[in-house]
Amino acid sequence: MKKIKPFLLLIMVAVIDLLVFLKSPDLGVKVLKSTGMNFAQMLGVIPPIFLLIGLMDVWVPREKVIKYMGEGSGVTGVLLGILLGAAAAGPLYAAFPVAAIMIKKGAKFTNILIFLGAWSTMKIPMFLFEMASLGYAFAITRLILSFTGILFMSWLINRLMSKDEIQAIYTKHGGSA
Amino acid sequence: MFEKILYVVAVSALILSFYKDKEKTKKGLAKAWKSFINILPAFAGVLALTGLALTVISPEIISRYIGSSTGFLGMLITAVIGAITLIPGFIAFPLAASLLERGAGISQIAVFISTLMMVGIVTAPLEIEYFGKKETLIRNALSFLFSFIAAAVIGVVAA
Repeated sequence: MKKIKPFLLLIMVAVIDLLVFLKSPDLGVKVLKSTGMNFAQMLGVIPPIFLLIGLMDVWVPREKVIKYMGEGSGVTGVLLGILLGAAAAGPLYAAFPVAAIMIKKGAKFTNILIFLGAWSTMKIPMFLFEMASLGYAFAITRLILSFTGILFMSWLINRLMSKDEIQAIYTKHGGSA
Repeated sequence: MFEKILYVVAVSALILSFYKDKEKTKKGLAKAWKSFINILPAFAGVLALTGLALTVISPEIISRYIGSSTGFLGMLITAVIGAITLIPGFIAFPLAASLLERGAGISQIAVFISTLMMVGIVTAPLEIEYFGKKETLIRNALSFLFSFIAAAVIGVVAA
């Protein structure tokens, strides 16, 4: 059972896909196509990200991460979280493994959350595209709001979670809070 | 374009690392591979789920709902659609722009863009795998609420 559990979601979706295909072959083919596109997109972004994660793991010293993003890193840690997230490329799910290695190296939990927030909605390439599509007023207002919102939400999430719960996340990724 | 930069950075880092310390580099690659393999089942599940959701809630269906109903109900529908789906920005922004031209409300579009980027219901299984149920639930719920506040402000400023 333990071996099947990680595949549970994949198996469930595959069964639904099959049912969709049997009921409507046209829709089934569409589902298959968009699933293929998703995998292709992942295969585009994920390899360089995991490559960088592996290199970070062996080259970036824990003391440096603690100093710049750990407890007591203050404004530096916050700014680094924002900058690292904003400079990224790829969907939010690509940020999770990066955040995991930052956790392992001793970055503070709020800074991790700030990093995830910035990656989700403050990415520079996306911001430029948003300005071009929806106008300066829209994009800049949203950026300023996102910045404030992310800082506040990261603080709040950290407050709403107990020390044990945060410690459990750190233990899972081989770090300590 | 930015993906290409990512590749250039990653490959240059790999070459530099290999040049400086072969053994360390091998160790790093082994670690990278291991963490990738560990998370792959969850990744594959989420990608398959996204493929299914994106077909059922296609851009055409989204355009039918955004802007059809105005006011708070319209915002709620758009927010939920944005929260469930995972559409890449290069499709979402042009879609949003064309919806605006066709008369969709700016607040509806703003709430859609924000939930689309910040709230991930189909990617939640993966987020849980990394950060646990509680973080996933709180982060997504707060981001959902935040999207409405952001949309209300954008509705006033950018209208």
